[in-house]
Formats: sequence, structure tokens, C-alpha cells
Amino acid sequence: MAYSDKVVDHYNNPRNVGSFKKEEEGVGTGIVGAPECGDVMKLQIKVENETIVDAKFKTFGCGSAIASSSLATEWLKGKSVQDAQKIKNTDIVQELNLPPVKIHCSVLAEDAIKAALGDYQKKAEEKKIGKEGAATGS
Amino acid sequence: MKLPIYLDNHSTSPCDPRVVEAMLPYFTEKFGNAASRNHSFGWEAEEAVEQGRKQIAQLIHADPKELIFTSGATESDNLALKGIVEMYREKGDHIITSATEHRAVIDTAKSLEKKGISVTFLPVDKTGRVSPDDIKNAITDKTILISVMLANNEIGTINPVREIGKIAKEKGIIFHCDATQGVGKIPVNVQEMGIDLMSFSAHKIYGPKGIGALYVRRKAPRVRLEPMVHGGGHERGMRSGTLPVPLIVGFGKACELCEQEMPTESVRMAKMRDRLQNGIMGAMEEVYLNGHPTERLPNNLNISFAYVEGEALLMGVKEIALSSGSACTSATLEPSYVLRALGVGSDLAHSSIRFGLGRFNTDVEIEYTIDRMVKAVNHLREMSPLYEMAKEGIDLKTVQWATH
Repeated sequence: MAYSDKVVDHYNNPRNVGSFKKEEEGVGTGIVGAPECGDVMKLQIKVENETIVDAKFKTFGCGSAIASSSLATEWLKGKSVQDAQKIKNTDIVQELNLPPVKIHCSVLAEDAIKAALGDYQKKAEEKKIGKEGAATGS
Repeated sequence: MKLPIYLDNHSTSPCDPRVVEAMLPYFTEKFGNAASRNHSFGWEAEEAVEQGRKQIAQLIHADPKELIFTSGATESDNLALKGIVEMYREKGDHIITSATEHRAVIDTAKSLEKKGISVTFLPVDKTGRVSPDDIKNAITDKTILISVMLANNEIGTINPVREIGKIAKEKGIIFHCDATQGVGKIPVNVQEMGIDLMSFSAHKIYGPKGIGALYVRRKAPRVRLEPMVHGGGHERGMRSGTLPVPLIVGFGKACELCEQEMPTESVRMAKMRDRLQNGIMGAMEEVYLNGHPTERLPNNLNISFAYVEGEALLMGVKEIALSSGSACTSATLEPSYVLRALGVGSDLAHSSIRFGLGRFNTDVEIEYTIDRMVKAVNHLREMSPLYEMAKEGIDLKTVQWATH
């Protein structure tokens, strides 16, 4: 099975490899998959004013998994938190021309996006509650 | 040095030019059917077949009459297991084999299970060896066959075949050995090893694809088989079909070359393999050898690179032909059952690479491979979240993974 040119390109020149500090303000972290299953994706977003200003990933997995997460970070950058929710695994499949046996890689990338967004929102929520709590003087 | 480099010789090997040369006349001028008894074309072909049979028999210390030609080791394995079970079913309905056999044995055994045969799949130790004691303990009065491979196709581990053969003899049970990876690489002697049936093929030893053999003992005991392919009664009635004379000539020549060159070739192979192993393992941390440290084929190396997925690694060194135990290289998404049987964790099984050296590899290729492997592993570790976590001191075994 040959890889598509786009998968090869993302593999050779992965975009946005790296990490943010998890506790940093506006950072959402999603870690999905398991080593036993052969793939683990860590995807992070940095949000300012409800816009994703930066994204980073690290992936343990096959070339298609690496490409899926690399592509996801490219797509996330500049998107609003709301629009980021709309990224579907099928978009990734189409863009990277993934064969059927590699569709799970795109599913994992979508899961990672959702997990990172969820983590960001949870942190934002907690912060809000914290502030309200401080305001009521309790 | 020419690219790509071929380091997948457990999968198949190129034909030796000397083998091809020996075969060529048998496609055009000497094209006869070895079963044609009434003209010179037939005699010439028969003579070539008998010459090939002799060369092959010599390599394994058998009588030429004890060889049955097949299409390859898969067919030989099928014929051995199914043929014995059908022939000796009255005597018993139990066979013993091991968890790390080639799929040609495992799947055949499973298909026999569906037909009511009871099969014991023995576990192996962490180096991949079957214990002779386990075999002894698994034998019942219904056992009609023991099938254990000589050397494993993934990890190269060599089984204690001699001991197993001795047990089989003592108990009067037929012993089949899939020796596909071992023949031509290490000395094989069916007499000393107590083997009654043995599968092997030409294309793993620089011969042509499409031809294999099943050694079937004729004396002490005389092993009988129910054929799977019926027809003209070729090969003592055990495998009908016109003999592929050019392939047999090539198989014979390949065996002859192996016999002549094994003393020097196996030493050269082991030296290159050891250099590859030391070069890779010396340059990186958390790289693990799979299989037995010493009891293994001279041309095999199987290594797990922690925190890096096997298929991704293959992609990074795509000018080198290798194979991985990663799930991603199979259709099932399950990592290597052989490594799992050794107790290698799924994570490390996903990270394994098999190097299969061969006659035509050179020292320069080995040095190039070491360099490329180290670079590719480092490239992937840089983007591995597992490597990052391990560096931070997180024990990956304690992490709650969101398993999908």
C-alpha cells in the first residue's frame, strides 16, 4: 500500500510538533488512544478571545496517524472554538486520501480535537466559577 | 551501494544467478514431462528431477526418495497436518503444536479443530522457545502428531528440535517440523533431529518461488499420508501433478549452493547481523531485542524501539525493505501474535522491526541501515507523546488511557 503524497509530506515535514504547558491559561489538551492499540495522539490548542491562535501535536502512531494530527493542527489554527467543533474525520480522510484501513487514524484525530476543546472549555468554566465565587465573597 | 536495500529475506530472497542459469535450459530445450517414459524428452526431465531431489536430500541428510515436491512450504504444512490426521484418525484425534508457528500451521490446525480434532497450542518462553517438558506433558494416548517449527520466521529463535524429536520417537508419535526458515541457514539433519515430516521451500534460500518440499520418512517409522491433491499418482501418490522441472532444478541448485557455502556464509551473516544489532542498540536508549540472544538464526534480528510505532518507522526508512510486527502492517489491527506469545507488551510489539539479512547484503548496506534507523527513530521520538511523558518521569503503565 503506497501512501498519498500529502501523508508523506506531513510525515516528513510535520506541522506544529511540540507542546504547551497544560496549566497555561487558554490551553486545552486532548490525549486520546493507548499505546497497546498502537496509537496515542496529544493535541493542544491555545485560545484567546474564543479563537484558536496556536495548536501543537505529538503523535505515537503510523504515518497516517501522524499526518492526521499534523493536518488537524493546521486546520485548527485561526478557527473559532465553535467552528473547530465542526471538523469531521471524513474531512481528514478526504484531504489526506486515507485508505479504509486508516480511517481509524482520522477518527482518533477528531477525538483529539474534541478532547482538547472539551478540556479548554472545562478549564474556562472552572475559571468562571472561581471568579464568581470570589465576587460573592465566600 | 545501490538503493533500495533488501533486508526482508525471511519473507523471500532473490534467486541466485547461478540458480537461474541452471534452470534456464529446462524452460526451452529440455522442456519434457518427467512422467513421460517413452522418449528422450521425458528421460532428460526425469534425470533433472532426480538430480534436484538428490541435491535437496543431501542438504537435509535424507534419502532422495523421501521428498515430495509441493508448491511451497504452506502446501507442505497443509499436507503434513491434514494428511496425517486423515490417515491416522482411527488411532487418535489429538495434535500438539506451538503458539508461534507460522500461520500455515496454526490456521491448518484451527481448521482441523473445526472438524473435531483436539489441538494443543503450547506456549513458548520469553525467548520464543517451546519447552520439551511441555510437549511431554501434553502428550495423551490420543496424540497422533507433534508439529513444532525449527526456527521462527519473525524472531529467528531456534527450537530444541532434537529433544522434541527424541520425545516423539519414545512415544511413537509422528513429528512434523516446519523448517522453512532454518534449512539452508543452519545445519539440518532429519536423522539426528528425529524428524518424520519436514516442510521447506526454495524461495527462502535463493531459489525460485512456487516450489517446496515435504520430507516424508520412509523407514522407522514409515509415515503415510492421505493426499490432498489427487490425480496421476506422482510423488508416491502423495501429491499428484506434473512436476515443475525448471523449479526443481533451481531448488536443487539452491540447496547445493547452501550446502557448499553455509560454513562461510553463516559466519559472515552472523557477523553482519551482530554489527547491525550493536550499531543500533549502542546508539539509542530503550531498544530491546526480541527472541533468543544466542539460539537464533544467523540472519535474523528483531528489535523493538520504545515510543515509536513500527509502521511509521518503516515509512521513515522507506529505501530499506524491512518488516514490522506492528498492527498497522496487518489487516487485523492486532500486533504480532508471535511477539505477544513471548510476553512482549502490545506497545513494544507495535514498535518492532524485523531485519532479515541475506546472501547479497554487504557491510556498507549494514552501516547505512544503522545510520538511517537511528535518525528515523530520533525523528519519531521527537514527535512521540509517549517519549515526552517518559522523559518527564511519568510511568506509562500507570496512565489511564482512553482506549478506543
